[in-house]
Amino acid sequence: MAGSLTLWSLALLQVLVFIAGAPLLTGWIRRVRSALQNRAAPPIWQPYRELAKLFRKNVVLADEASWIFRTTPYVVLAATVSAAAALPAVATHLPTDAIADVIVLVGFLALARFFLALAAMDVGTAFGGMAASREMMVASLAEPAMLIAVFTLSMTAGSTNLSTAVGYILHSGLVLRPAFVFTLVGLLMVAIAETGRLPVDNPATHLELTMIHEGMILEYGGRHLALIEWASEIKLMIYGVLIADLFLPWGIATRLTVPSLLLGSIALVAKLAFWGGLLAMVETHFAKMRLFRVPEFLNIAFLLCLLGLLSHLILEVAL
Amino acid sequence: MATLSLYGQSILVLASLILFTSFALLAQTRALPLIRLFAWQGILLAVTTALVAWVTHQPHLYVSALLTLGLKALLIPWLLIRLVNRLGLHNEVENPKANALVLLGAAALTVFCYEIALPIMRLSTLLTRNVIAVSLAVVLLGMLLIIVRSKAVTQVVGFMCMENGLFFAAVVATYGMPMVVELGVAFDVLIAAILFGLFFLQIRDSIDSLDIDRLSRLRETDE
Amino acid sequence: MSSGAALLAPLLLVPLAGVIILAVLGHSRRAGWINIGISLLTLLASLGLAAVVLEKGHLLIGGGMFYIDAFNVYLLVLTAFVGLTTAIFSRAYMLDEMAHGRVNTKRLQLYHAMYQGFLFTMLLALSTNNLGILWVAMEGATLATVMLVSLYRTPESVEAAWKYFILCGVGIAQALFGTVLLFFAAERVVHHRDRALWWNVLYARADHLDPAVMSLAFVFLLVGYGTKVGLVPLHNWLPDAHSEGPTPISAVLSGLLLNVALYALVRIKMLADPTLGALPGELMMAFGLLSFLVAVFFLHRQRDIKRLYSYSSIEHMGLMTFGFGLGVPLATFAALLHMTVHSLTKSALFVSAGHAIHLAGTQSMERIRGLIRAEPTVGWGLLIGTVAIAGFPPFGIFTSEFLLLLATLQSWPWLTLPLLAGLLIALAGLLRHVQPMVYGEPMAGWKPVRANVLPVAVHLALVLWLGLAIPVILAHWFIHATILISGRSPW
Repeated sequence: MAGSLTLWSLALLQVLVFIAGAPLLTGWIRRVRSALQNRAAPPIWQPYRELAKLFRKNVVLADEASWIFRTTPYVVLAATVSAAAALPAVATHLPTDAIADVIVLVGFLALARFFLALAAMDVGTAFGGMAASREMMVASLAEPAMLIAVFTLSMTAGSTNLSTAVGYILHSGLVLRPAFVFTLVGLLMVAIAETGRLPVDNPATHLELTMIHEGMILEYGGRHLALIEWASEIKLMIYGVLIADLFLPWGIATRLTVPSLLLGSIALVAKLAFWGGLLAMVETHFAKMRLFRVPEFLNIAFLLCLLGLLSHLILEVAL
Repeated sequence: MATLSLYGQSILVLASLILFTSFALLAQTRALPLIRLFAWQGILLAVTTALVAWVTHQPHLYVSALLTLGLKALLIPWLLIRLVNRLGLHNEVENPKANALVLLGAAALTVFCYEIALPIMRLSTLLTRNVIAVSLAVVLLGMLLIIVRSKAVTQVVGFMCMENGLFFAAVVATYGMPMVVELGVAFDVLIAAILFGLFFLQIRDSIDSLDIDRLSRLRETDE
Repeated sequence: MSSGAALLAPLLLVPLAGVIILAVLGHSRRAGWINIGISLLTLLASLGLAAVVLEKGHLLIGGGMFYIDAFNVYLLVLTAFVGLTTAIFSRAYMLDEMAHGRVNTKRLQLYHAMYQGFLFTMLLALSTNNLGILWVAMEGATLATVMLVSLYRTPESVEAAWKYFILCGVGIAQALFGTVLLFFAAERVVHHRDRALWWNVLYARADHLDPAVMSLAFVFLLVGYGTKVGLVPLHNWLPDAHSEGPTPISAVLSGLLLNVALYALVRIKMLADPTLGALPGELMMAFGLLSFLVAVFFLHRQRDIKRLYSYSSIEHMGLMTFGFGLGVPLATFAALLHMTVHSLTKSALFVSAGHAIHLAGTQSMERIRGLIRAEPTVGWGLLIGTVAIAGFPPFGIFTSEFLLLLATLQSWPWLTLPLLAGLLIALAGLLRHVQPMVYGEPMAGWKPVRANVLPVAVHLALVLWLGLAIPVILAHWFIHATILISGRSPW
């Protein structure tokens, strides 16, 4: 393994670019949304400014806050970054492929969510507890859907490893798979719910009684808030990359040469721009749902994923 | 899967979309969107049939496709929409009981259909053999729609959805029935659609509502 | 061949023309007579066809579109015959309904046109050679009668018709799926695609059909046509549909349509038997016995006179299904005989019940009393009919039930017990309701009706005759049909 060091540094670079680029995606989404809503858009690097501002501020802790409250921002960011590391973004066949497993990914995200909910309840405010319970409700409905979607894909590719799956999909060329149609839509809905976007949750307000994600982090400030915000921006990007990997893997670098890596990066940027645009469209076109409609929304997502699995079993498995 | 041509794959995707419309019908609670969904199912069915006809060189299937398009995608939805507008039902919303359960039940039914259709799929050599289970599922989901809903309009859509499934079954299992049978069935469906329309008026006149739950005078228990 | 075609054409075309003629003239006072005339012509054509079949065995007509053998030709005659006698009854009955303002001229027009339409679909279902057309005609029979069930436009009748429409529609859809499967199986053994659903072609190659597909197809067809036969648990629509429509329609629905559905089932069983062995028969036996036993208990709970006889129809259809399922020649012979005598008796009963309803102005049995005093012909007709349908000797139903029990005793001895018990319970249930209706003092305020007892008398006389001695020609037919269905002669 002569190039082992190169490979590892490449993998590290990929992760770094990933986390560094995440706020940019959020900025892009806001920009598209402003354009769609005929508003003057903030500059695309506005999320960086916000993060910088928060990092400069002091941390204010509640009196009752325990160590959980203090460590949660770091755990959340670490778990999210690990999840990001597991994803093949620009290139496959990197050493991180060994953990590039969808179940690992789901596990990391669940870990982050778990700590966030704990921390929300830690301070003992009403909003925190309420938001934590809501988050858990959404998660308990979204996760089965996501797992079914993942199983469908892994049954098609014969593996839960993302790198292998990407390789399989690239190798089989353009195949219309009915299962993928449903799984894609289902997964998009899950992604919207999980990343706390409209119409499930509104990331831009603290004023509604219906908030979920914002309710949980209401007590955080300064550096802590910056870490959590950053983590949620990374999470948004993770879903974007995951969906791009599974449904539109074309362009991703399978050989580690400079041109192909360059092509991979350009393709990734293009796909993420598209994903961001799509989210902005959805957020512009749909009103926020009432909270008790959210289970219905997720039920539909679950059903779609289930239909995907069924169509895979019924229609695609050759007898 | 990958061994199929792009057309074969398209047929499968269309089939899964038809299955999806069946599920969507079960989830839809308003009369007009329900009928529009039904029309979409008819259109998908016609397109699938035409595609099968083209891929397998079965010219008689074009006739069936046209028949489906005219009857199931245009005429019957048009009739139903007209009736709904005339009877002022477009604002009525049905409150199905335990809709999530119904949808899960529908998924279970689909699996059941798959089990049932396995022996046929094993025997068949046709391009469309994998779709047989889907067609049976469309039939049974139509039946489920009739069972769980109580509005007359929904029951009619369920009835027609079953017919769609049967037609689909004939197309994918055997590339269509003999022409004379197909014409006969289409004729029956047409008559049934007209009769349903007349019935709406009768039910409306006699019980002043199109809620079938109100049709409960005839029961076995003594009054 | 040509003589067969020359007779089949009028058999089908006369009722079809009748639909058109009556759609135009159905509202006039002569419509009843026209209806009778058309039915008479149909009967003559069917008799002629029967004579030809008697001479030639079986016929393939219209380039193979129609197939007539001993089994369906006798059902054709029966259908045409009951169609005629019920038309005779219906003329006076419908005039009475008009006089009471229960139907207007438009509905009378609809009634007459659809009466012939219904007969046409049944005759088509019986004579076609194509199993797909058989389905189309069965569905057509539902469509033709559904508007007749709701003819009075009362909430009850509309409900009954809606139930009938939806439940039968759902049921018969299963039969179409079964037909698709059958076609699927047939395609592999019959090379000519357009002929793959021809019954005679399939029957000749029945032992080559794939068993896995055939078992699936048979189950779907059994459920589908079983719904139309009224087999439990798919029977819910039957008592409603048969009790809410005009009485002549009840008579033909109970007396004829159920037969046609059973005919379809038996034809399918004949195709499935060679590959599936005992399975189809045992399924039919199970469904038949279940229907019989359930219906027998429901007889006791009825309050409506027409519902009482509807449940009796379910009971008897159950018995016939059981008999055909049993499969031995004696049971098949008994079931064929039972089909005939049940049709005749049941339509006679509905006609009598119709008169009683007109007399009392209600269908509730509690309000019908003392029929023999009030209108002896109606009372006696109802009583004798009930005694006959309950299986008393010397009526034909006794003969067929006795033969069926005998056949059961020979092949499934322990099943005779539930059968006998069921027959006794049915007898008790029927007499319990009918006895107070015919004896005792009539209720006050009844208006006399113009009773037309001719159909009742003819039907019951025939049933009595069949109980005492089966005419040679008829016996010959039955034996021929038995050989066709079960392979051997019963004697």
